[in-house]
Amino acid sequence: MAVFTGKDMTGVNSLPCGWDLRKDKNVPGVVQDLAMVPHMPLTSDVARHVGDPVAVVIADSQDAALDAAELVAVDWEVKSSVTATAGAAQAGAAQIHAGAPGNVAFKWELGGGDLDAAFKSADVVVKKRIVNQRLVANAMEPRACVARYEESSGDLTLWVTSQNPHVHRLLMCAFVLGIPEHKVRVISPDVGGGFGSKIFLYNEEVVCSWASRQLKRPIRWTSTRREAYMTDAQGRDHVTDAEMAMSKDGKILGLHVKTTANLGAYLSTFGPAVPTFLYGTLLNGVYVMGAIKCEVTGVFTNTTAVDAYRGAGRPEACYVLERMVDAAAAALKMDPADVRKKNFIPKFSGAYQTHVAVSYDSGDYGKAFDRLLQMFDYKKFRAEQAEARKKGRYLGVGFSTYIEACSIAPSKLVGALGAGAGLYESGKVRVHPTGGVTVYTGSHSHGQGHETTFAQLVADGLQIPIDQVEVVHGDTGAIPFGMGTYGSRSASVGGTALHMSVNKIKEKGKKIAAHLLEASAGDIEYVGGQFQVRGAPGKAVPWGAVALTAYVPHNYPEGLEPGLEETSFYDPSNFCFPFGAHACVVEVDGETGHVKIVRYVAVDDVGNVINPMIVDGMVHGGIAQGVAQALWEGAVYDEESGQLVTGSLMDYALPKADMLPMYETARTETPTPVNPLGIKGAGETGTIASTPAVVNAVVDALSGLGVDHIEVMPLTPERVWKTVQAAKSKT
Amino acid sequence: MYPAQFEYHKAGTVKEAVDLLAKYKDEAKLLAGGHSLLPAMKLRLAQPKHLIDIGKVSGLAGIKEEGGTLVIGAMTTHYAIESSAVLKSKCPLLPEVAGHIGDPMVRNLGTLGGSLAHADPAADWPAAVIALGAELVAEGPKGRRTIKVDDFFKGLLTTALAETEILTEIRVPACGVNVKCAYAKFPHPASRFAVVGVAAVLTMDGGKIGKASIGITGAGTKATRAKGVEAAIAGKPADAASIQAAASSAADGVDVQADLQGSVEYKQHLLRVFAKRAMEAAAAKK
Repeated sequence: MAVFTGKDMTGVNSLPCGWDLRKDKNVPGVVQDLAMVPHMPLTSDVARHVGDPVAVVIADSQDAALDAAELVAVDWEVKSSVTATAGAAQAGAAQIHAGAPGNVAFKWELGGGDLDAAFKSADVVVKKRIVNQRLVANAMEPRACVARYEESSGDLTLWVTSQNPHVHRLLMCAFVLGIPEHKVRVISPDVGGGFGSKIFLYNEEVVCSWASRQLKRPIRWTSTRREAYMTDAQGRDHVTDAEMAMSKDGKILGLHVKTTANLGAYLSTFGPAVPTFLYGTLLNGVYVMGAIKCEVTGVFTNTTAVDAYRGAGRPEACYVLERMVDAAAAALKMDPADVRKKNFIPKFSGAYQTHVAVSYDSGDYGKAFDRLLQMFDYKKFRAEQAEARKKGRYLGVGFSTYIEACSIAPSKLVGALGAGAGLYESGKVRVHPTGGVTVYTGSHSHGQGHETTFAQLVADGLQIPIDQVEVVHGDTGAIPFGMGTYGSRSASVGGTALHMSVNKIKEKGKKIAAHLLEASAGDIEYVGGQFQVRGAPGKAVPWGAVALTAYVPHNYPEGLEPGLEETSFYDPSNFCFPFGAHACVVEVDGETGHVKIVRYVAVDDVGNVINPMIVDGMVHGGIAQGVAQALWEGAVYDEESGQLVTGSLMDYALPKADMLPMYETARTETPTPVNPLGIKGAGETGTIASTPAVVNAVVDALSGLGVDHIEVMPLTPERVWKTVQAAKSKT
Repeated sequence: MYPAQFEYHKAGTVKEAVDLLAKYKDEAKLLAGGHSLLPAMKLRLAQPKHLIDIGKVSGLAGIKEEGGTLVIGAMTTHYAIESSAVLKSKCPLLPEVAGHIGDPMVRNLGTLGGSLAHADPAADWPAAVIALGAELVAEGPKGRRTIKVDDFFKGLLTTALAETEILTEIRVPACGVNVKCAYAKFPHPASRFAVVGVAAVLTMDGGKIGKASIGITGAGTKATRAKGVEAAIAGKPADAASIQAAASSAADGVDVQADLQGSVEYKQHLLRVFAKRAMEAAAAKK
């Protein structure tokens, strides 16, 4: 039995924040430097949120450890707390860190175009407060780790639920524990979901790794669901005041957004990036706009840290913009579909420069929306809606024409924006002497199906059966240095690295085959699983013979290295920008405020698709999560005590199958010119698109009562009922 | 599951269980279906030193008819009730309510008696047994006694059962052909417990409602009878206007509790809506 507190962990440093926003680093948009506040693995001065660990108990069994943990008595002094986003920076709020006066973590802004001119020339200005509530990631498998230190060799092996084992290793070794990376192996095998929450370096794996070195024994920790609610990085939590300038004919002239983003009690690994460069850069949407200005204040509160959660900043941006477009349409008494059509950026490929730094890759936004309207039969719906209204029923439709930035990300660009890391990806293809292939990817599969998709990619490239390809991921002892999976980057960045290695293998194979065929390598082509002299299929060497020759190089080209194994690192030249159009139909029960989803139609454009079923699965799951944000999910803290009120699956409402309709999905395919595969990314589109579609639908359902906005999500029955009551009392 | 340590006892008979309860008193908990107790123990919110399993006590589970009374053993599962042919024909409210509880896994383990003895303020069963005018049979060291349902629920998680008593039977009158009943529920989006639930048993008298018995659950600290609604609808026609008017007293006297699912005002409103819906649904049945 061992008990340690933070005071025992001498020489152990703060958990690092991997994204720095400082003026002297020339990071664009920084108005007030990021307060790099300490985040110790075990806090020894103040517990800043429920779940902030103060001690660790290690025992021979989990039962004994739990019994002993109940005996740890902390002599608490109760201090005041602040958990609400909007109140954190107000005068009189509890101060959370000495290094962050007023609880302000940073101030940042981004924009372009002449905003003053846009608003001066506006016929109508629409102003709304938009609250994007805090979410809990709720991966199926809670976080877990085993740290095993071998005294004889000095090696540490850490099995951990990580979306990016190399990032975990680098951060923990170099910044926190000060141990050499080459003495540490991080293994994250099959991981049961992440949604972003397993990107980050957490207290528990650091404490277990440290303690294993102290006690010279393996140490295991598994989170309970209750701990997951208190400690896994959470998502969203923005309060935004937005203004949109419109011309009377429905053109968007300008957008001014002021957002307070709640970072929680500490800076999580990529916490500051999410409400800045992953948020402000998406506010141009799919629309031609005159000007945009985005101002963000990041604040500390006595809550669990906030970081990337499926979509990470982009859902927040999409929600603000799509809600404002509908509010603007309502103010102009125009059809929200027409307002969208009037403002779409016309079809392009190559570059569309936005007002918010990023340049889009390719798009045909009107096409996706037209396809949606056609599938949905919009005219028919409006007729049904009018009939329903006569009978006192509240039926509504909401649209969301979204864009997102994924395929994260060009290293040079993100470096300039404050990232402490590069965001390339690695891919190694190892051909075995008998022709089978093992693929080693720096991407990480925790539900994305890389085992299938990457095997397809390599099997297609090498023209071999898919069962000849094995995919290995999630082990720093096996794979090349890789950055992992998040930001819908695996197929487009990780897949491209593999594609490059496949091409290198084929080029080398041509040299070997040319030697065997006594031909010139330039005359060899690889067709149908054999290397052949161009135009002469009879003069050919099969794949297996080339593989064998590479490893048994008796008859072999002079000067060519034996073996058939290639590694590539791919650093994208730009983000990719998937887009699409979603429509949601709801019926609101006016008596109770309950919202029923009647229909959900989605048209997504994720560029080229490798495996349609896997992409459909991602879209389906994403829609469920986005719908759930609109209607059910929300982390709630008690403002007096700072306690997490929604700390279990009995309190926090995840979507269940019977709460969702059958989805109707389709795709348009606009390949990206950014990578050779033409793949944009599909992991987050559903989450980004669906939330505003649902909220817009509820507002549309109640529009007959004069409702044009509901400020706070989720749209619980009580919130909707109160909205109905308030609207009725006005009319 | 990682509960605090406890001693496990398996009772073979009701007497054995009662003796164990008498021996260990407030250090003991009865384990029926376990669907409330075990989650609480897992979180160490409940830490009984002795767990008395009554799952294997013979004769505690089962449904039978005795004269005009349906007798349901306390250890009868929700699923057994949901699928009971006798109940479907003689007391269809019980199978209907059972279908609202949890999911099939919960319904195959959770029990009627366990739920009633636990007296969760958001459980479905209490509304049903109040509306049906049930009698609850308890056995203790002093023998067997019958408790009228209106005397059973005392407060939050508190019943009329003594520390050493076990609930053994639930007795409800078989419904005559002129009795119509229904349960209307607004479920919690996460737990599926009742934010409000209203059970209505209407005894028809020609085209009128002769007598109504209305049980409500969810909104307050304990399930209760909606006496105001019962009085208001008795003798009235089963039409929308009468039902709506009577339902307007559904929240009277209920100690409605505010929480994340709703303010007091909203839950009072829901009680009126669901009282109306329960009576309408009952009246619409054949």
